[in-house]
Amino acid sequence: MTPELGQLALILALFLALAQSVLPLIGAWRGNRALMAVARPAATGQAVFVALAFAILVSAFLRFDFSVQYVADNSNLQLPWYYRIAAVWGAHEGSMLLWVLILNVWTVALTLFSRRLPDAFLARVLSVLGIISTGFLCFILFTSNPFARLLPMPPDGADLNPVLQDPGMTFHPPVLYMGYVGFSVAFAFSIAALLGGSMQQSWVRWARPWTNAAWGFLSCGIVAGSWWAYAELGWGGWWFWDPVENASFMPWLVGVALIHAQAVTEKRGSLRAWTILLSLFAFSLSLLGTFLVRSGILTSVHAFASDPRRGTFILCFLAVVVGGSLLLYALRAPKVAGGKAFALVSRESAILVGNLMFTVAAAMVMLGTLFPLLGDALNLGKISVGPPYFGLLFPLLMLPVVLLLPFGPYLRWGNSEAPMLKQVLVRAGIAAAACAVIAAFLVQGQLKAIAGVASAVWVGMGVVLYVLKRWRDMPRGRRYPAEMAGMLLAHFGVAIFLIGVLLSESLSVTRDVRLSPGQVATVGGYEFRFDGVTQATGPNWTAQQGVVTVTRNGAPVAVMHPQKRTYAHEQVQTTSAIDPGVTRDIYVALGEPMDPNHVEGAWALRLYTKPFVRWIWGGGLFMMLGGFVSAADRRFHVKREAEAAQTVTAVLQESQA
Amino acid sequence: MAKLLRTIVLLMLIAITGIAAAQAIDPLPFRDHAEELRFQHLTSELRCLVCQDENLADSNADFARDLRHKVFELMQQGKSDAQIKQYLVDRYSDFVLYDPPVNGRTWLLWFGPLLILITGGVVVASTIRKRSRSGASAASAPTENGDDW
Repeated sequence: MTPELGQLALILALFLALAQSVLPLIGAWRGNRALMAVARPAATGQAVFVALAFAILVSAFLRFDFSVQYVADNSNLQLPWYYRIAAVWGAHEGSMLLWVLILNVWTVALTLFSRRLPDAFLARVLSVLGIISTGFLCFILFTSNPFARLLPMPPDGADLNPVLQDPGMTFHPPVLYMGYVGFSVAFAFSIAALLGGSMQQSWVRWARPWTNAAWGFLSCGIVAGSWWAYAELGWGGWWFWDPVENASFMPWLVGVALIHAQAVTEKRGSLRAWTILLSLFAFSLSLLGTFLVRSGILTSVHAFASDPRRGTFILCFLAVVVGGSLLLYALRAPKVAGGKAFALVSRESAILVGNLMFTVAAAMVMLGTLFPLLGDALNLGKISVGPPYFGLLFPLLMLPVVLLLPFGPYLRWGNSEAPMLKQVLVRAGIAAAACAVIAAFLVQGQLKAIAGVASAVWVGMGVVLYVLKRWRDMPRGRRYPAEMAGMLLAHFGVAIFLIGVLLSESLSVTRDVRLSPGQVATVGGYEFRFDGVTQATGPNWTAQQGVVTVTRNGAPVAVMHPQKRTYAHEQVQTTSAIDPGVTRDIYVALGEPMDPNHVEGAWALRLYTKPFVRWIWGGGLFMMLGGFVSAADRRFHVKREAEAAQTVTAVLQESQA
Repeated sequence: MAKLLRTIVLLMLIAITGIAAAQAIDPLPFRDHAEELRFQHLTSELRCLVCQDENLADSNADFARDLRHKVFELMQQGKSDAQIKQYLVDRYSDFVLYDPPVNGRTWLLWFGPLLILITGGVVVASTIRKRSRSGASAASAPTENGDDW
């Protein structure tokens, strides 16, 4: 009975979403306050019903209700409770429900924190969010119902894919979706601004904290996914340029451009049309990402759910949302360049160049991801596009960004004088060159590693110099407003990330070895002694567990236990052992016994040392923190009160006219 | 389309059965570390043909292991990287290469980003020129101090 209640809740949510999409829009158009006032309660009600449906699905998993097809497909009696909850978003139907739930979380947050927005504007924003929600709820109800019954009820379910049975699974998808879906808010603000025709800058100020927060979540989600791939998949890699990774990376890149463009538009009034266009792109790419992952159009390790019927639906939905919003943009976007003028050497110009590079990078990633599909569709023959392509073009496109980055904070709006910039150039340049020379001795002339140290010092030095300058120049309490602190944190994250990527890529050592118990292999200055294999058991698996003692120059470093797990349904999954460290990770994966009949004999092992690999995720976390800190700036809240009062009257006059 | 789907399903079945049977961890008797590095680099740029999206170096599938051993064997015969890639392309088409060759079919892939960059660059340059000219007086006027964030 209960699963049907879940379905009923979704149907009710759909009706509320329809009300939320249509009525406030008409209200804003006609200046009808009663209709506009529908938006808030409809959004809240919708959120309640979607949350109810989600809770019912969770409880079906917790109660082993195998009469529900989705539960039977993705869980079984042995699966521990925390993975049964994570299994809710372990496949297609549930992850779509999670998508809608998170859209509702953002919508409700918007209704709570935007009480001071002009009524007509908020009505339009909520209406756009309602339209998106309507599309996804229809998608769930008509093509991917998570509550469909399975009769007769099987005694036990299938297993959740063992790859997904990892702590990463519990938080990676929800956080990633928080980011994806969060761009819907910036999207809705832009559409509302286009619809309203009120091309004041104020809407950008309201949109900024939401964009920064969404981007922070997306950064966090990507870091979590990368970490999960590293720890779980046993290949020791952190990024594969897999189509599904690219799908989350494209909105992130456009998000970087958008955050900076919004700053220009808010502060100076320039680039208004471009900011709107970027908001449309960021959310369209989020939808495209959902489409790529969920339609099964890609054959990739992530595409667990595949169904062409669903693909058609999402493709149509994508066409309507993207096509519709671009049409609206073409009709209503500001044609005349407004805002204050700026000189060649100014913060605006630098941000424009950065915007260009990030947009081109996103386009490049999209081209590389979709090209094999395009080639297939046009019968040009099957080709593969992989790390050699992206790994060549992406750094080339990011080089100007890294070179410009230290100057960013020093550049002034409108017009900047050169002497200050020259000073930065000299100081950061000398620091980078000096560190590169020292590094050259330590890394035996590995060019990539030297480039990593030099670029990181170049970027980091720029940030540090600016932090010191503010400390000297400004009185206490006014030195680092949250918005600026966020920017500095995120830029410093870039420096840390550069160290991580370039040092770990160039200095990592990987070896596949055959070891008998007692034998020692030396990799990257560490001795790995294999001490045989024992048995281990978990809640729903048994494992052969290797014991590897790691020493350095005779001094003990770690005892590691890589496993080869066999799950309830005979699926085999290697679980690598990692000894983490600030300057290096040691990583061991267990292969097969050389002779399957003698597990006490020699085994195949893969041994890695990975210097500075952790800095990659550290850098990403700094960027995430930057997004959150600047979203929390009080300026966005304080000024809002003053300005909203003026705008309400303006908008009212406009809607009555 | 249906044919493509059948192929994908078939490939996935092969991939799934492959996972249970073999392992990517595969110690081979390399002559020295340089040869091992060359092997790692080469197999990481080749596609496992029966997997969803994995390279030869990391794939667990039986077929991938056989191809790895073939690559190793060809290396032992003194073949260059280019010759080994050509050997595989002759049998399995360009699909096996993660590094697509530059040719008539892939020029858009390789030079598309450059075209976009040039177009965008022209737009950005003209925007900056227009804005700096239109406000020649405003731009030279004193700007806010760095305190306005």
